[in-house]
Amino acid sequence: MFESLQDRLSGILDKLTGRGALSQDDVAAALREVRRALLEADVALPVVREFTEKVRERAVGADVVKSVTPGQMVVKIVHDTLVETLGSESAAIDLNAPPPVPIMMVGLQGSGKTTTTAKIAKRLSERQKRRVLMASLDTRRPAAQEQLKVLGEQAGIDTLPIVAGQTPVQIANRALQAARFGGHDVVLLDTAGRQFVDEALMSEMAEIADAAKPHETLLVADALTGQDAVNLAQSFDARLALSGIVLTRMDGDARGGAALSMRAVTGKPIKLVGTGEGMDALEEFHPERVAGRILGMGDIVSLVERASETIDQEKAEAIAAKMRKGAFDLDDLAEQLQQMGRIGGMSGVLGMIPGIGKMKKQIEAANLDDSLIKRQTAIISSMTRTERRKPELIKASRKKRIAAGSGTRVEEVNRLLKMHRQMADMMKQLGGKKGMKGLGALMGKGGMPGPDQLGGLSPQDLKGLPGMGGGGGGGLPPGLPPGLGNPGSFPGLPGLPKGGKKK
Amino acid sequence: MSEIDKAKKLFGKWFGGGKAEEAAPPPPQAAPAEADESASEDSGDHAQTASALTADGDECVTPAQGTALQGTSSPDPAATQASAVEPIPADGAAPETGRGRGWFQRLKQGLTRSSNALTENLTGLLRKRRLDEDTLQDLEDVLIQADLGVETAMRITEALAESRYDKEISPDEVREVLAREVEQVLAPVARPLAIDGGRKPHVILVVGVNGSGKTTTIGKLAARYRDEGRRVVLGAGDTFRAAAIEQLKVWGERTGAEVVARDQGADASGLAYDALARARQADADVLILDTAGRLQNKANLMAELEKIVRVLRKQDETAPHDVLLVLDATTGQNAMQQVEVFRQVCGVTGLAMTKLDGTARGGILVAIAAKHQLPVHFIGVGEGVDDLQPFAADEFARAIAGRTA
Ligand SMILES: Nc1nc2c(ncn2[C@@H]2O[C@H](COP(=O)(O)OP(=O)(O)OP(=O)(O)O)[C@@H](O)[C@H]2O)c(=O)[nH]1
Ligand SMILES: Nc1nc2c(ncn2[C@@H]2O[C@H](COP(=O)(O)OP(=O)(O)OP(=O)(O)O)[C@@H](O)[C@H]2O)c(=O)[nH]1
Ligand SMILES: [Mg+2]
Ligand SMILES: [Mg+2]
Repeated sequence: MFESLQDRLSGILDKLTGRGALSQDDVAAALREVRRALLEADVALPVVREFTEKVRERAVGADVVKSVTPGQMVVKIVHDTLVETLGSESAAIDLNAPPPVPIMMVGLQGSGKTTTTAKIAKRLSERQKRRVLMASLDTRRPAAQEQLKVLGEQAGIDTLPIVAGQTPVQIANRALQAARFGGHDVVLLDTAGRQFVDEALMSEMAEIADAAKPHETLLVADALTGQDAVNLAQSFDARLALSGIVLTRMDGDARGGAALSMRAVTGKPIKLVGTGEGMDALEEFHPERVAGRILGMGDIVSLVERASETIDQEKAEAIAAKMRKGAFDLDDLAEQLQQMGRIGGMSGVLGMIPGIGKMKKQIEAANLDDSLIKRQTAIISSMTRTERRKPELIKASRKKRIAAGSGTRVEEVNRLLKMHRQMADMMKQLGGKKGMKGLGALMGKGGMPGPDQLGGLSPQDLKGLPGMGGGGGGGLPPGLPPGLGNPGSFPGLPGLPKGGKKK
Repeated sequence: MSEIDKAKKLFGKWFGGGKAEEAAPPPPQAAPAEADESASEDSGDHAQTASALTADGDECVTPAQGTALQGTSSPDPAATQASAVEPIPADGAAPETGRGRGWFQRLKQGLTRSSNALTENLTGLLRKRRLDEDTLQDLEDVLIQADLGVETAMRITEALAESRYDKEISPDEVREVLAREVEQVLAPVARPLAIDGGRKPHVILVVGVNGSGKTTTIGKLAARYRDEGRRVVLGAGDTFRAAAIEQLKVWGERTGAEVVARDQGADASGLAYDALARARQADADVLILDTAGRLQNKANLMAELEKIVRVLRKQDETAPHDVLLVLDATTGQNAMQQVEVFRQVCGVTGLAMTKLDGTARGGILVAIAAKHQLPVHFIGVGEGVDDLQPFAADEFARAIAGRTA
């Protein structure tokens, strides 16, 4: 379900090679995919419509820069528009008011208000050296006030003593008074969760705001939120004039389209994001990260940029030509390995693949590091010229010598040879069939080794072969040097011309 | 399954995070999460579990542990049900007593009160007469806005088109037909949670992401089972979140259910062990175990759930008899992942969906039902003790289709 937008667009737009500008039709086709990608990322439908319209205006007639495919061009426009809509400049919590500065937290039930209240208090107290008082106005949920009290103790923040029987408005007034007496700079008011269709609770909330006159009113919303995000943000904003949004549970694996929905309908900045349950798990909002996440592209944009800087176009084309002839030798493999090393190696590449970023730590833990690329390069360079051209010459004694020369073991040499053999075989086969296009298809729609393609590999394969190898038949290798991935449709890789055609 | 999920499962398999579907031989570096929790990246979250996996967990180690472990990932719901003597339908069949207002009533109110996009969309449809491409697209949009997801929405409108395309159709009919299509998917999963009276106790483990409504749902369930004359014990298994234990204790007082608790920071599986021991000793009919909220992508926290299941099985190898995953209706497409991962890790047997008293429709449940066929037992429609209802496919489907009349 979660194909990256790039994957999808390449299928549609890669037919349109060699044209100067994006036509109305090209863009319409692309926007259907953009729409779908956004919806799958939980961006609310009305926002999707508006957003795709904006992209359409920018994309039609846009010049496709040489060495970039139309698909990449559209992705870039979408990405940039997304970042812009999410708000390019960061907005901090504003304390520029006479103390004690009241900050009010509101939101649906269970969205993370109480936890976020304590996190913000801790941050203001530690980073800005403010004296902070927290008060829970939640008289409804069992043990809600107790919860804030415990968090206050944990984080070393004052909390207003709990007095049973008071109304939220009474507590708010008491908090402000206590803060004045206590010399606090900031008063954080945590409120009960409420549904915006619950009129009684919504007017209670408005009364609290009337009494406390908060300088900041923050909507705390869950990053997992679906289509309802627009109703949610609009309803709270209509009632209170929000000053900002805090998005919690960004440590989850949701795509976070709610960020775009809420920002788009209220125009209010996302001020902070919650990234865990711990008191320090609060971060600034980075629109580029969220944009990449919504589009399911990891940090594809920077991969595109880095790749186009580092891949040596001529060499890549030469290799592509050889591949088509089925004459892919170990020198070529070495070249691919080197190029891959240059764009950040295995973990660099994997880290930028959607859905894999988060597994980076585990990948590192498994020693899938770049030293493997270096070792494999070392193995190849310990071979003689003839051996590299004719790997079939390499028998037991030669293997021993090569292993000794490269400081590796014979098994590693074997693994490398096997990998090369499989790759060469596959290329030959494909050369006979659909040419390079077929190779691309086999290796994953978008050329980026989608996590899907990891499927056929055992951990042993993956470990032994950075980015290559692929147990027979299981789809080609993850982290394949991008140049090999899917010639032509790999984002930004001007490297291998698709199907031999020049753009 | 999404690519990300596949990859995750795979990586889980290789690197010991998360639970693989089949027992693959673990690579050497895949240290059992249990032994290695302190090394995990989530040190800020639930950090105490690492150090707390001590005496309590160990004192109850039995030779059966090995086999218990294997069963962990897939407790067979069929098996648990098969041995049920005379399952007493706890809900569904139970008549809707005077408790609160009906969900449907509230829903109607909610819809009229809110400027809901769904209703607006459908009002737009009122003018149309022929079931054409445009109408279908509008219907698809209605479903998308109810969080069904693009794919499921398309499948349902396609099914609708097959039978009715280009036929004259009244606006009322359109909605009815749409609701029926949705209902078809949901009807098979609308199944009550059956308490097995033969078990002393029938153990229900309640799991879910943070803030989804687990503890509140447990309180509501306790009330329900107490009303049915059962003896209920609650286990305060959320030993992590501030005042989570106190919260459950309040629910215990409200409902007359005994609460077994330890201090905050104690080992959750140790608490589970205690709670089951206590429930057995007290000859309780039902034990409901609360757990800390956890996002499904946190391997160490998910491993903690596995451990809870394992520890329960040391006393009763058939436990837990139900594993209830609590989903929040406001959640979008991520709910699918939640179901997938929780199911894999701790053998979820049924679902509850909370917060349907707002405008969120919880339509992802349709996609989940289509894919997993997991029973949906309850819906939560408010914060009060009575705001729990059996899941009714027709009402839910109508709400999704915006058919409120
Ligand atoms: N993983 C994660 N969990 C969070 C985050 N923020 C809050 N939580 C958890 O979400 C759950 C609910 O948080 P609360 O702070 O109690 O939410 P609330 O909005 O105050 O809830 P009510 O007062 O009941 O409406 C708790 O389990 C928190 O630990 C976050 O950024 N990431
Ligand atoms: N409106 C509404 N609120 C609900 C419903 N169910 C639970 N809540 C509220 O949602 C918030 C979170 O509920 P909890 O039961 O604390 O959730 P939890 O899953 O136990 O949370 P953690 O233990 O922090 O992960 C509370 O404010 C509940 O009162 C429901 O069906 N409707
Ligand atoms: Mg709270
Ligand atoms: Mg709880």
